[in-house]
Amino acid sequence: MKYSYYPGCTLKNKAEDLDAYARVSAKALGFELEEIEEWQCCGGVYPLGTDEIATKLASVRALNDAKEKGRELVTLCSACHHVLKRVNDDMKNVENIRTKANNYMDLKEPYAGETTVLHFLEVLRDRIGWDTLKEKVTNPLKGKKIGAYYGCLLLRPGKIMAFDDPENPKIMEDFIRAIGAEPVIYPYRNECCGGYISLKEKELSRGMCEKIEDSAEGFGADMLITACPLCMYNLNKNSRTDLPVYYFTELLAEALGVKDEVKKQ
Amino acid sequence: MTNQKKQAELIQEISGVNPLKCMKCGKCSASCPSYNEMDIKPHQFVSYVINEDIESLVKSKSLWKCLSCFACVQRCPRDVKPGKLIDAARQIVERQKGGDYLTADEIPELLDPEIPQQLLVSAFRRYRR
Amino acid sequence: MQRIGVFVCHCGTNIAATVDVKKVVEMALHEPGVVHAEDYQYMCSEAGQEKIRAAIQEKNLSGIVVCSCSPRMHETTFRGAAERAGLNPYMVEIANIREHCSWIHKDMEEATEKAVILMRAAVAKVNLNTPLKPGESRVTKRALVIGGGIAGIQTALDIADAGYPVDIVEKTPSIGGRMSQLDKTFPTLDCSACILTPKMVEANAHPNINIYTYSEVEKVSGFVGDFTVDIRKKARSVDMSKCTGCGVCQEKCPSKKTPSEFNRGLNNRSAIYTPFAQAIPNVPVIDREACIKFKTGKCGICSKVCQAGAIDYEQEDEIITEKYGAIVVATGFDMIKLDAYDEYAYSQSKDVITSLELERIMNAAGPTGGHLERLSDGKAPKEIVFIQCVGSRCADNRGKSYCSKICCMYTAKHAMLIRDKYPDVNVTVFYIDVRTPGKNFDEFYRRAVEEYGVNYIKGQVGKVIPKPDGKLLVQGADLLDNKQILKEADMVVLAAAIEPNPDVRKIATMLTASIDTNNFLTEAHAKLRPVESPTAGVFLSGVCQGPKDIPETVSQAGAAAVKAIGLLAKDKLLTNPCTAHSDELLCNGCSQCANVCPYGAITYEEKEVNDHGIREVRRIAVVNDALCQGCGACTVTCPSGAMDLQGFSNRQILAEVDAICR
Repeated sequence: MKYSYYPGCTLKNKAEDLDAYARVSAKALGFELEEIEEWQCCGGVYPLGTDEIATKLASVRALNDAKEKGRELVTLCSACHHVLKRVNDDMKNVENIRTKANNYMDLKEPYAGETTVLHFLEVLRDRIGWDTLKEKVTNPLKGKKIGAYYGCLLLRPGKIMAFDDPENPKIMEDFIRAIGAEPVIYPYRNECCGGYISLKEKELSRGMCEKIEDSAEGFGADMLITACPLCMYNLNKNSRTDLPVYYFTELLAEALGVKDEVKKQ
Repeated sequence: MTNQKKQAELIQEISGVNPLKCMKCGKCSASCPSYNEMDIKPHQFVSYVINEDIESLVKSKSLWKCLSCFACVQRCPRDVKPGKLIDAARQIVERQKGGDYLTADEIPELLDPEIPQQLLVSAFRRYRR
Repeated sequence: MQRIGVFVCHCGTNIAATVDVKKVVEMALHEPGVVHAEDYQYMCSEAGQEKIRAAIQEKNLSGIVVCSCSPRMHETTFRGAAERAGLNPYMVEIANIREHCSWIHKDMEEATEKAVILMRAAVAKVNLNTPLKPGESRVTKRALVIGGGIAGIQTALDIADAGYPVDIVEKTPSIGGRMSQLDKTFPTLDCSACILTPKMVEANAHPNINIYTYSEVEKVSGFVGDFTVDIRKKARSVDMSKCTGCGVCQEKCPSKKTPSEFNRGLNNRSAIYTPFAQAIPNVPVIDREACIKFKTGKCGICSKVCQAGAIDYEQEDEIITEKYGAIVVATGFDMIKLDAYDEYAYSQSKDVITSLELERIMNAAGPTGGHLERLSDGKAPKEIVFIQCVGSRCADNRGKSYCSKICCMYTAKHAMLIRDKYPDVNVTVFYIDVRTPGKNFDEFYRRAVEEYGVNYIKGQVGKVIPKPDGKLLVQGADLLDNKQILKEADMVVLAAAIEPNPDVRKIATMLTASIDTNNFLTEAHAKLRPVESPTAGVFLSGVCQGPKDIPETVSQAGAAAVKAIGLLAKDKLLTNPCTAHSDELLCNGCSQCANVCPYGAITYEEKEVNDHGIREVRRIAVVNDALCQGCGACTVTCPSGAMDLQGFSNRQILAEVDAICR
């Protein structure tokens, strides 16, 4: 199985790990991520204004590229996933944005939200299946108590993201179980880490990250996993605890016994 | 039409939000992680737009405290989505000359070696035109 | 040629503000057959009706058109006026220029043009009307009440007291309904069981009342005055005539792991069970899904311990067919599921409960014996937070658009009872609005604040955060102080929205009773006929019609009973003469009309016909006038145009279409 893949800006730089571990894991699970050509940065945040068109075009290009190849579009970064899914929803359901974006783009055939956008976790849940993943795990992470950190971008707004229950998600917990570890459910797992505010106001982000980590530790987590480079940065940089934070793909590669293949590269 | 009225209509247009749907339950303010940092609170954004007091709104520091975490959007029982109103007010400021909250000159000082590109990109897009 | 009068109503300003009524009058006078036209402020008033009478008699009118509101509102009124003036009531047509015109248009010119067109269509139809005479049908003097909660019980008692036999059909093993689950009732705080159980006993003992519990309505046919209903009496597996209600079987039953429906799943029940100690009838049922005997064939303990020999594993469902003149729906409500509201952590913490669960916890016969305790660790709570409007007043598809109406009062009740019994417990209520209209209701709520010191905070809760130490952190807004609050609590109680019992949709379909988007049954008129369904002979009692508390439910139950009694008191009913009939010469006996008839009114006869001198026996459709409701399905289905509807003939309808297109 081959998917179109949109890595996004950070996965080519500061979050190379998130990307590399995903690629080797995908191979081990029997699917391929084919990077779309000449992708452009999604912008990191979804442009909320109803009159924002130009800022959505990078996403439309990626979405249309996948459509032309007849593939589903996979992302790993929570932010890219959020932006692509919401722009796709606009292209499908908001006539004004669809018309204007298509007028800009001059595509062979107008794009109207035909592409299915999947987060890598959704591929694992909906295309591979937890049971299959379990079978492929050669190195179960037994005894590890892992808190899933969802943040805000994966889940909200629930109606459009359609990713999981926005208030009581379980996809990451199911993932943690599938790789042989024990999920720790804690109430701040879907609260914001501060996001972009940490550029100018680190203290605000610090307060939020500490709440998140205190809550996770309080419920017995030894470590956190995330799918977002910015959450990772904030949780590492703007908190007083040294609770380790990993990209979920790193633990996946470890459980599948392919972690070393990344180091070899 | 007064300038305030025009601006209020512009905010409604950009955000796509109908503030009259609000029933003043305060669920947005109850959910907001930045509440304590805001001078005008999320639920007040709705009434400021209804009362056409945009002058106060665009001066509010709340514009730069909203995290776009969508907790208010997700939980609003009336589908009012205060976060979108805040963003529209921010747009009104940023679309004016000199309205940027973040300038390129500031960046070198803010950088640290671990900063992910995503942070810079997001901040640029949220804080300036 | 008819002599037609046209009467244009202003309806105060309802019509006249948007429609130029004088213009409609003027235009009417140009229509074929129209010999008289006038307008008046309120045509439905005594004076208006007098104008109609005078014109009919003085101008010798043979038909009239009233341009006014919906025929659902006043067709009967104007038919009555015509009849009193000596005109056949079926020579009256209504042009609806209010709901269909003035209320939905803003522009006077446009609205007037449309009103003229509607008037013209009605005139075209009256030109082809013929006097019709209604037939008669009998009334079965027996009522059916669907649902055995307080609404159903009260309706049944009132009908029975008037001397008519009533059957109650209740789905669960006992009557009593939601009210039997409540601890105390507002605004007087009397114990729910103390006021409900005597009524249950009275219903059970009443010579005119027959109760089918553990039973469901399966099929309904017929019409007002003459319904035929199939009731499925589910196999109880216990012989009601032998069981003494001693309860030994329930004690000894080894399968005790089924969540108790009555206690909202807070504890478990046995496979053979009565929902609660005061159940009526006091005869258990075997839940075959949970029973070891039914699952594995082994066990049979209940049968061994039953001294009366009442256990009957072979019992089968029984279908009872009965005739009724009137049917009352009293199917009640449930609380919504809270899956979509997990920011309140209902599925994440045992100490976040619904108000109905709190009723069971506070009840002496409940799972905690009436002790207020946390379900997680059994500890006594010191801080309790109530959250109002959970799933009510929502416009976002997660919850219900309406106000559930009862929550403000029951929360004040809960808060007061807790503060009364446990003065060291602090109670906080997060509210959006406190809505307490009703006699002694606001005074009740104020007592909670002023005498019992309940802390009311205006603002919603954003999130309930379970803490590692087992406490709950409630993050809410205080809109009056303009603060975000983090309040530690031991217990959180959610005032979840109420919704009609989901089964009501199935029942409404069987009864052809209309239902709204929220699954509440629609009343015939929101103000003037609030306890009647638009389907004749079907009445509404309790929350199946809309949210209401116990006092209101009991009042409405009585009102529904009066309406049913009014029907049962008649010996005969006039039937609608607008029925279908088939043209023998055109009918080819294809059966398509019978296939679509929802009332089973069409049968076939082998009949000798004379077709232009040729005599032959043909298969012809025959309509039973008593069963036909005039819906017209057969007329549009008939491929040869043989079916026609009196009062709505194909010619009349085409004449209306022509008039509109003219």
